[in-house]
This record gives sequence, C-alpha cells and structure tokens, in this order.
Amino acid sequence: MERRSWFLKSSALFGFIFLYAPIISLIIYSFNASKLVTVWGGWSLKWYSSLFQNDEIMTAAVLSFKIATISATLAAILGTMAGFVLSRMGSFRGKTMLGGWVTAPLVMPDVITGLSLLLLFVAMESIFGWPAGRGEVTIIIAHTTFCLAYVAVVVQSRLSSMDETLEEAAMDLGAKPGVLFFLITLPLIAPAIISGWLLSFTLSLDDLVIASFVSGPGNSTLPMVIFSKVRLGVTPEVNALATLMILAVSVAVIAAIVIMRRQTKFQSP
Amino acid sequence: MSTSSILAQPKTIAVSSWREEGAKPFVQINQLTKNFGEFSAVNSVSLDIYKNELFCLLGGSGSGKSTLLRMLAGFEKPTSGQILIDGVDMANIQPWERPVNMMFQSYALFPHLTVEANVAFGLRREGLKSSDVKKRVVDMLDMVQMGHLAKRKPHMLSGGQRQRVALARSLVKRPKLLLLDEPLGALDKKLREETQFELINIQDELGVTFVVVTHDQEEAMTLATRIGVMDQGIIAQIAEPHQMYEYPNSRFVAEFIGNVNLFEGTVMGDERDSVTIHCPDSNSMIQANHGISCAPNQTVYVAIRPEKIRISREKPGTDINTSYGVISEVAYMGSQSIFKVRLTSGKEIRVTQPNFARDMGDRLTWEEAVYLSWDADSSVVLIS
Repeated sequence: MERRSWFLKSSALFGFIFLYAPIISLIIYSFNASKLVTVWGGWSLKWYSSLFQNDEIMTAAVLSFKIATISATLAAILGTMAGFVLSRMGSFRGKTMLGGWVTAPLVMPDVITGLSLLLLFVAMESIFGWPAGRGEVTIIIAHTTFCLAYVAVVVQSRLSSMDETLEEAAMDLGAKPGVLFFLITLPLIAPAIISGWLLSFTLSLDDLVIASFVSGPGNSTLPMVIFSKVRLGVTPEVNALATLMILAVSVAVIAAIVIMRRQTKFQSP
Repeated sequence: MSTSSILAQPKTIAVSSWREEGAKPFVQINQLTKNFGEFSAVNSVSLDIYKNELFCLLGGSGSGKSTLLRMLAGFEKPTSGQILIDGVDMANIQPWERPVNMMFQSYALFPHLTVEANVAFGLRREGLKSSDVKKRVVDMLDMVQMGHLAKRKPHMLSGGQRQRVALARSLVKRPKLLLLDEPLGALDKKLREETQFELINIQDELGVTFVVVTHDQEEAMTLATRIGVMDQGIIAQIAEPHQMYEYPNSRFVAEFIGNVNLFEGTVMGDERDSVTIHCPDSNSMIQANHGISCAPNQTVYVAIRPEKIRISREKPGTDINTSYGVISEVAYMGSQSIFKVRLTSGKEIRVTQPNFARDMGDRLTWEEAVYLSWDADSSVVLIS
C-alpha cells in the first residue's frame, strides 16, 4: 500500500478530533462519580440509575419515543407516496414545483418551519376547533411534515434506479397494478422505506426547535427537558441521558446504512 | 454443435401458412403508428404473422422494432392503427389481460424471488391450485435444465442461466404469442449459437408463435421463418431468410443483410427476360436476368453477392458480366478466402471463394491482375 503523506494523516486526525472530541468527553463524563461535572471522581454508573428514577425525564423520554415512532411511520407512508408520484407519474404540469416543495423542508430553517406550523395550528384551532390546544398531536404533525421530505427523497432515488422492466414483466405475467405494487415494487423499495423510517425516527428524536414552537404545557419532549435542565447548569445526569440518546441515534443510523448497503448489493446482478 | 444444428432445422417450413392463399393470420397489424412528440418511431406498419411462425423483426437501433414489440405487449399505446391477436382487437386490452408473454432483453427477473418463485409468478396470478402451479413450474424448469437451481436467487446465476429462467417464466403460462426482445443479446457467441437452436426446438415442441426482435442479421437468418427488416419506423421488406438474401428489394436491405457489391448504372435495353445496364464503374455491360419493370435510361443499381463472383487470371469467354482489376487485399478465413479487387475505375469489389481443396496450387495474391465474372441470373437489379 502506498504511504500517505503526514499532511493527509494529520488532517484526517484533526477532523475526527474536531467532530468527536465533544461527544467522547460527554460519554466519559457520564460515567463520572463526582457530582461536579468538571471534576473527575472515578468511574460510576450512579447517574444512569438516578436518571431512570427521574420521573420528569422518563415521562419526556416515553413521549419522545412515542412521537418519533408515530411521526416516522406517518412520514414513511406519506413520503413513499410522494416519492412514487415524483418518479413514476411521468411529466405533468407542476412536477418540478412539486419536487421542489417536497424537498424544501430539508433546507428550511427549523425556526421558520416551527413558527409557520404554530401559526397554522392556532388558525386551525380558531376556525375548525382542531387541534384543540397544542401538545402531542401538533408535535406529531409537525415532525411528520419535515420527516416526509427525507423519506420522499430516499424513496424517489430508489425508484428511479430501479429497473422499470421489472414492473412491466410483472404486468406481462398477469399482475394488475395493485398486486404489482405489493408483490414487486414494495419489496424492492422496502429497504429505502425502512431507512427513511429510521432517519425520520432519529430526526424526530433530536428535534428541539420545532417541538418547542408547537408543544403545549406539560408536553415536553426529551430534547426540551435536556435544554431546560442545562440552562440551570449541566448535571452528570444530563450527560448520561445524552449518552443514551447518542446510542439510540447511532443504532438507527447504522441500521439505515446497513440496510441501504445490502439493498445495493442485492440489486446488482 | 453440428449434430444439434441438423436436428434443429425448422420443421415449421413444412407448414408455411404465410405462403397459402387466404390463410388466416394470427397477428394482424394494420397501419400501426406510434409517435413520440414529433418523432415517428413506428410509421404506418402493416404486418401479418401466422400461427407457429418464428418471425424476426430485424433492424438497427432506432428502427422502431422494439417499439413495435412493446405495442404488441401493451406497454405502449399506438397513436393510430390496430393490432388484432387471434382475431381480437387489442386496443382496450391491458398488458395483464393479453394472451401474450414477453422475454425481456434485461431478462427482468425479480431479484427478491427465487428461480422457482419467478417462474411461478405468472401462474399464481391465474389463481391456479398450488399443486398445479408446482407441477408446471417443475416441468418447465426441467425443460430448460434449470431444475437443480430452483431455490437460487437471480443474482446467484450466470448470464446463460438467467436467460433460461427468463425463457421458462415467459413460456410457463403457455401464451399464444411469445415476444422476445434481443433474447440472446447478452450471451457470448458459443452460448448464443446453442441457445438459438434450443429456441427453435422449443418453438417446434410447444407450437407457440414467436416474434423476435434483434439487430443481429445472422441471428435472424438462423432463427426466423420470416424476417421483417425495419428502417426508420417502416418495414423495408418481409421475406423468408433465403429470399431476403437472394432477392432484396432495395439497396438498404441488400446492404443490411450480408455483404453486397453495388453498381450504379443506366438501363440500355429492356428485353422480355433480361435487362442490359451500362455501369461506368464496371468495365463491361451488365446483363441481368431478373425481370423488373424499368424504362430505358432509368438509373438502377445492380447488386451482386461476393460469393457469386468468379475470380481468375484468365480472361473469361464473354465480354458481358465481366470486369477486371488488381487484387488489393486478401484475407484467408479458413473455410473461404476474401479478396478485394480494385477495378480500373477505382471501385473496390469484394469476392469470396471457398477453399474447396487443401492445396489450391498457385494461390492468387496481392497486386495480381485478375478477371471477375458472374452469371446473368446471379445479380439483382434494384430501383431504390
């Protein structure tokens, strides 16, 4: 193997330190026995056990996971439909615009998305009386909205790279369009949908800004609880909680990558 | 290989229904047109295909042959015109309702299903009993010698094996009409030859009507009962392979199928069964026995196949249908030799000679002056 220059090696090292030093120090300090965050007092798991006895955090965690699961599922369904339209409807008036609209939430600042959704919910409540107040339902709707874009993009790219003659072959063998979708198209794009779901799940779990806009009293998600706690000073408990969240997100992201990898291997003839 | 080729002579020639007067065509294509925007991919094509035929649509890329095939399968809607299969108008019949199956160029095997499940897919859609499905799948896989790989996924198969599975999948529903899109395109030469003969055998055995799309003229000549040569959306000629080769109807067909020498000339005399043509490129008058209707002074083209020209050092007895020049190239091909002869006009003529004896004595070689001659009924006069 060729010898790489010291410059490349050190830039790689510097880059990784820059990215991961904060996370690694956070993980290490979550095992700190000392009550003072900045003083090392030996290894301990006590902050993890106190974390699980903290009702406020546990309630928020349950709520966050519930919201993430529901909104990821809704986003997977709606996003698949949008991706399908974008790649299979041929060209129609406004296709470019629809494509742009679907992907706009990817680049829209969270503050704007959150604020506009809040205004929409307030207006809807005064006109239709639904959603009554803000809380779980409004957060789910908001998260579905921006996660949908990610699923649509992943599904669309999968569909466009899929050999269309597979669908023609199924039709030729007597499959009506509905049957065709469930027996051929869906199994082939399933990896894209699953990784879209996992991506949505992590995005929903991480979101602080949009959730802060559209949640109501007594409906704090996990990131909101962490943020409010940190304002009063960082506790080792928050370090432990953050470590667990990093774990959950990493698992989801790695699973998404593995699934996408397997799919490409499977597809190449 | 040689024995299988003897076995595989198309027996269907014996029932050449397309030669019979008043025979009912199985597939009727009437004035079929398909436009993509301004571009006309298929332009007013009319074509009859008879039962048990192995009809080849032959053409270069963009000739419209694949579009025609896709309209038969129902994947493209004709802009105008009509397709009848077994007397039924296909206009409002969806692809999944047609008595037609297709073998795709890419094979289009479902990657997430096993070989077995791929072949069973079409039968399951018919709502057959699962024991019947199983039996027919096993029989079909045995026929294409893929029974031992039934549990494999397509990505674990070689190109030739995938092709067999695709063929089995398209035949298992016992379609009345099988469409094959470049069926042998992805195979190497040896495998391709073997498969050609296998296809003919299967076609004989099952009595299915085949329509094959190909760009390979050799493949079309080997497989087809009849060939339709397509060019720019229209059918240039429909004929049996040897007819197509010996009596092409235009310069395009003559040059597309095999090699040919073309002389441009002017009609000098038009007798009852022969025509005399003055060709500036040739050194003599050309006389052709093939009767065509042409007027004196009309510009025509004389086509002569390379193997029908004699080459010698001695001057032939007659002045008509002879020419002379210098050998500019010699290629020894084993079974035959190819000579390129430059005439005094500068035109190059291609001549092939079979090497009928091992020791041919004094061989013709580069820069030798030679005479060329051919029979009056070896050439074809073309007006377009």
